[in-house]
Amino acid sequence: MEGGCERWENMTSRSAMVVHINGKNREIPEDLSVKGLLEWLELNPALVVVELNREILDRERYAEIDLSENDVLELVHFVGGG
Amino acid sequence: MDTPLTIADREFSSRLIVGTGKYKDNPTMVDAIRATGTEMVTVAVRRIDLDRTKEEGILYHLDPEEFLLLPNTAGCYSAEDAIRYARLARAAGFTEWLKLEIIGDQETLLPDTHATVEAAKILVDEGFKVMAYTNDDLISALRLEDVGCVAVMPLASPIGSGLGIVNPYYIREIKRRLDVPVIVDAGVGTASDACVTMEQGVDGVLMNTAIAEADDPVAMGEAMRLAIQAGRLAYLAGRMPSREIAVPSSPLQGMLG
Repeated sequence: MEGGCERWENMTSRSAMVVHINGKNREIPEDLSVKGLLEWLELNPALVVVELNREILDRERYAEIDLSENDVLELVHFVGGG
Repeated sequence: MDTPLTIADREFSSRLIVGTGKYKDNPTMVDAIRATGTEMVTVAVRRIDLDRTKEEGILYHLDPEEFLLLPNTAGCYSAEDAIRYARLARAAGFTEWLKLEIIGDQETLLPDTHATVEAAKILVDEGFKVMAYTNDDLISALRLEDVGCVAVMPLASPIGSGLGIVNPYYIREIKRRLDVPVIVDAGVGTASDACVTMEQGVDGVLMNTAIAEADDPVAMGEAMRLAIQAGRLAYLAGRMPSREIAVPSSPLQGMLG
């Protein structure tokens, strides 16, 4: 995958909306489902847990839930730790 | 011979649990973990870094078929945070197992036992199998058992300190009084520390830094595997009493005239 920063820079404002992901404001395409967002971010849904507006989402629902302006998302995964 | 380590409804033949943090690279981590013979490793829950080139997640390197993954709530300073992380971990790993850790002081990383008991109660009610990190205080250990933790994990000494077991008297007392498994977590520095810890009669040891920060983590992993076994066997063998006067090992009779 190319450097992750490019996708944020290549956004056009015409079809974009602002959401908060992992503590930062991000522009993402409008009309994305959660599943669509993960695909756009090139993340494997099986390895990611999504918290949307403080609610942990079931993986089965990722395709059905659409994102809205100002949604607050936490995308987390397992990392090494003691 | 020893019996298996039983925690909740699961048996383990290894009494060593290993953390996955601080390794210089993933292949070293996997080799070192394998050298320990462990069957359970801890992982943490963190935000995905969306600005970096995609790197393999830790699950790429650790097969959940090979090791039971034990998510921890490391980095949490409140019951509310720990509960949030616990729920995320459960969703991430399809697991009820949890190492509950709530820190009360940033400098010493000593646990906030009050918050830990509070969070443990809530998480046990939600169906988690809570293994709770605590200090070497008997009362906190008893409270954690009372609220339903499947294991209680008193520290040997502060996280990452490598000081070994600073209070064997309290650790022995905790083991004597609790019914759930007692697993010493944090502070082990080298093999002798692990051995001495098992000699206190506890059920297992969790360590991370001792292996990850050794010059040769794979060799240290092997050393720890042996140390845990030696300490356990020595405990089961029933040591000789120690005393302040000498007692000769060879007979006094039959000396030459």
